[in-house]
Amino acid sequence: MSTESRIQIETKNLNVSFHDHVVLQNIDIKIPAKKLTAIIGPSGCGKTTLLKSFNRLLEIQDDVKIAGQILVDGKNILRPHLDVPDIRKKMGLLSQKPYPLPMSIRDNVAYGLRIHSNKNKDEIEKTVEHCLQEVGLWNEVKGRLHDPASQLSVGQQQRLCLARAIAVEPEVVLCDEPTSALDPLAAQQIEKLLLKLKKDYTVVLVTHTLRQAKRVADYVIFLYFGMVIEQGPADIFFNNPKNPETKAYLSGEIS
Amino acid sequence: MNKRTLEENIFKILMMISISLVVGSLIIIVALVIINGAPALSLDLLTQTSSGEFYLGAGGGGILNAIVGSLLLALPATGLACLIGIAIALYLQKDFIHSWLAGFIRFSLDILWGIPSIIYGVFCFLIMIYLGMSASVMFGIIALTLLEIPIITRYMDESIKLVPIGLKEGAYSLGSTKFETAVKVVPRQALPGILAGILLGLGRGIGDAASILFTAGFTNRIPSSIYDSTAALPTMIFQLSTSSLPVVRQKASATALVLLIIVFTISILSRTLSKRYMKHVIK
Repeated sequence: MSTESRIQIETKNLNVSFHDHVVLQNIDIKIPAKKLTAIIGPSGCGKTTLLKSFNRLLEIQDDVKIAGQILVDGKNILRPHLDVPDIRKKMGLLSQKPYPLPMSIRDNVAYGLRIHSNKNKDEIEKTVEHCLQEVGLWNEVKGRLHDPASQLSVGQQQRLCLARAIAVEPEVVLCDEPTSALDPLAAQQIEKLLLKLKKDYTVVLVTHTLRQAKRVADYVIFLYFGMVIEQGPADIFFNNPKNPETKAYLSGEIS
Repeated sequence: MNKRTLEENIFKILMMISISLVVGSLIIIVALVIINGAPALSLDLLTQTSSGEFYLGAGGGGILNAIVGSLLLALPATGLACLIGIAIALYLQKDFIHSWLAGFIRFSLDILWGIPSIIYGVFCFLIMIYLGMSASVMFGIIALTLLEIPIITRYMDESIKLVPIGLKEGAYSLGSTKFETAVKVVPRQALPGILAGILLGLGRGIGDAASILFTAGFTNRIPSSIYDSTAALPTMIFQLSTSSLPVVRQKASATALVLLIIVFTISILSRTLSKRYMKHVIK
């Protein structure tokens, strides 16, 4: 990774707690633009919390305290009086288990377009087709666009969720262990898509499988008990880790 | 037989007894209503309004005024209660208010649910007297709406609470506002529960006599405006079944049968209609 690459997301002294239970402590990270950044670490170390803080999804919960700064393109998104839906629109989300909207396949992709733009019917149809093609789903569903999304297989649902996310033209795609609920083949498809997407989007991938991170990541952030232990370009991180805890994690001594 | 198998068998028998009690009561109620009511059921009964002689068993007349009255009271009341109920239910979720406040509102609604319907009737009656007005369709609707709101709201609320947070996060991540998510996404997912709530409210509303006893009044005519008083099926059953004449009491059973048929029909109709949307529900 070249050092002059633009920084898309940066956190400064980010602290998050739920009901006075501290989940993230003093997080200072930099996520480069148009690269795939993997956030790794054992279960319960705060990976998902960190990911969801980027698009202010944590706020749906009760009693969440967030302190510090999260800079997206240099602007702090934790400032008060911001248009939160607008922040979220810039960050697509792929969750652990796919949750298509309770609508038809077509409407799942068209939903975001309808709430954000005045595109007419033809334009929406075109964008829906384009997005479904981007995720390799078009040929599988073109004959049944009006069927409920719930009838698709889990792998297809996950790709549909990716299609609906890119339909609203985000800058970042946040992925929360998107392959953990999928069979190996579907997981492979998603991985390939993520690699393709990083040309146009900044991809942040939370994963607990080291092998996946090794396969796809350009940049790695290692979280342990709510703190950043080490971060850096993937080749350095995996081949020459500095921190003893990172070494222990990479060698499988802690998990 | 060892102790654990014995335990298992005892509980199996207890469960069978409980189930047969519940299902048995339902079958007996429906059977009694049909046996007693069916002979008195006739086209005249359904298409004519009641008259003085009707209550004396001298033939002639029917319960059309009560059928129309019941629909005029229960349908608008359920509609109003749904509008208010869905708004409250959607707002009670974590996305909008803190859970301690939601808990307080839920507690209040549960208390309202438990208030006997006669209290709602008296409450509306007092307001009616205060305003110097008389028993009418309007006050019947108000009383039934108040009666149905807690039922419909709590039922909808419970089903909306079960909407997976991941689904809402998905909608939010597309840049939906809270309002858009609450109106366009959440109700589709919670539809089966919302519908069940509406049916429960309607069933309670159309079958309740106490709340409309003073507020809607009783008359032999079909009301021509919302300021007219009206009969309804439950109050008609009440009137007929207190008669000393067996012929008239049989008409009460026939009226009950009509009420049952209406409730079943509405239930089946709405379930069939909702099948169209239920297929979208994400599991």
